Amino acid sequence: MAVRATDAGTLAAEATVARPAARARRLLARQPTFAAGLAVLFAVLAVGVFAPLWWTGDPLQMKPAQRLQQPSAERWFGSDHFGRDVYTRTVYGARVSLLVGAAVSLVSLALGTTLGLVIGFYRRLDTVMMRVMDGLMAIPAILLALALMAMMRGSVRNVIIALVIPEIPRVIRLVRASVLSLREHTMVEAARALGVGTPRILLRYILPALVAPLIVQATYIGASAILFEAYLSFLGAGTPPHIPSWGNIMAEGKTYVQLAFWIILFPGLFLALTVLAINLVGDGLRDLLNVRG
Amino acid sequence: MFAEILRRLVATIPVMGVVAIAVFALLHVTPGDPAVIIAGDYATTDDIARIRTRLGLDQPFHVQVGLWLSRIVRGDLGTSIFSGLPVSTLIGQRAATTIWLTLFAMLISVGVGVPIGVLAAWRKGSWLDRAVMVFAVSGFSMPTFWLGFILVYVFAITAGWLPVQGYHPIAAGVWPFLSHLILPALTLSVVYMALIARMTRASMLGVLDEDYIRTAFAKGLAPRGVLIRHALKNASLPVVTIIGIGFALLIGGAVVTESVFALPGLGRLTVDAIVRRDYPVIQGVLLVVSGVYVLINLVVDVLYVILDPRIRY
Repeated sequence: MAVRATDAGTLAAEATVARPAARARRLLARQPTFAAGLAVLFAVLAVGVFAPLWWTGDPLQMKPAQRLQQPSAERWFGSDHFGRDVYTRTVYGARVSLLVGAAVSLVSLALGTTLGLVIGFYRRLDTVMMRVMDGLMAIPAILLALALMAMMRGSVRNVIIALVIPEIPRVIRLVRASVLSLREHTMVEAARALGVGTPRILLRYILPALVAPLIVQATYIGASAILFEAYLSFLGAGTPPHIPSWGNIMAEGKTYVQLAFWIILFPGLFLALTVLAINLVGDGLRDLLNVRG
Repeated sequence: MFAEILRRLVATIPVMGVVAIAVFALLHVTPGDPAVIIAGDYATTDDIARIRTRLGLDQPFHVQVGLWLSRIVRGDLGTSIFSGLPVSTLIGQRAATTIWLTLFAMLISVGVGVPIGVLAAWRKGSWLDRAVMVFAVSGFSMPTFWLGFILVYVFAITAGWLPVQGYHPIAAGVWPFLSHLILPALTLSVVYMALIARMTRASMLGVLDEDYIRTAFAKGLAPRGVLIRHALKNASLPVVTIIGIGFALLIGGAVVTESVFALPGLGRLTVDAIVRRDYPVIQGVLLVVSGVYVLINLVVDVLYVILDPRIRY
């Protein structure tokens, strides 16, 4: 991305600001969507982490006498077909979503970066491995995750595994592309001439240049993992049904669309807002860190 | 150019080989015995033994891979454990629904996504541009099935204009057929439309700064002609790429959409097969869908050459 003269000017002005807090505030003011995304993300994080504090009850408690009740002053989001409180379940559902999102993006980045660095640097491995990656990426991610879940017991850990596997080739491809261009860089050539070994070149010269694009990628992976967890659970092949996750709540609500639309409406709203917030943070980081693509 | 197309076609063979082996290896992804997992919790030892023989799981691994590859090369995808029907028959029965659904969704998303992307780029910074960008990022974050339920609630349950769910083949009449596909196709198209709008806008912004665009406007040509004939034509490469890549998105979304609207397509077939652990069906669908994906991207590569004669491989 070309840096315009005005950008260069403001960047220079910012560099002279001594206090990081003031600088951060200025950046947020220039990026309102980034700030909004960050605020919503922190709010959802607070909702999930401190779930018991938000006037919730027991997410599993059934009150058969209060089945399918409309949203009201006592039951903010209504109740489901077992008389469970949809508000409480939605609040607790944030935990599963955030856990899956964070775990999938961390694990697939760690594995994908390691493999991508190695594959990108050894030309012999490269041709073969990239054909393998092309093949793996030809299988639509959601179908691959579904098939993996069919062979595994339903648990949060297995959902994370099933979502990490389709993601790894995509991270490898990103890392490899950067390694290929950086490998020809003068600094790498110079290091090589000085006798620096390959592992050290990868870790000290190439990895640091990858940090910004990887941070941006982490947010997008997290957002799509949260969506995919909900898809898997909604299709009955994800988080086990006794755990309140947004996908599970909606899966149970789908029989009652006509009678009790609120069972689907509220968890879906939380899901959409959370994913939107993370994507906005990703877009904001991409602009701030000046990552192209 | 034909030699080039042939070369690209040959290059898809190793990719499909990897897909075939990966789809097969899925069976062995968990440490346990696949026959035990497929047979389920209530299976007897006999059931497990029968499944093991039937899927050839009693053979050494390399023999199993060899058998699997030689079978699929002959077009034999195996038989469903649950229904006993050949997997290719099951896929054939369900394919039409999914093809119609994805086709309509593709038409809607290109038909809306490209024009709004062009307009947003043309009026960069205006309220229109901002609205398109808001739509692009929120559409891309939208949980497909949730959107489906919202549309059902508004247009089918509350307004009563369209059927809630189900499917009618085209033989049952054009309106019953179309009316059952409008909401699903709309649901499926939103994510994709957002992606195309965003891509078109970005690509157009790159082109609109070019001298020849200024020249075209300076000549007094109508904006519509300049935008479409001069700008969009040159901005179309990334858009075409996204259309190829987006097919995977559409298929993934179709699985979920078919489940919301009870459409008897490949997605339903897969989800049912997963619940029943009907592994030959899962493998067959994965293989066929991935094959179609590879072919579509091959077509996209060829389109490149047609759209931009400068590209030669």
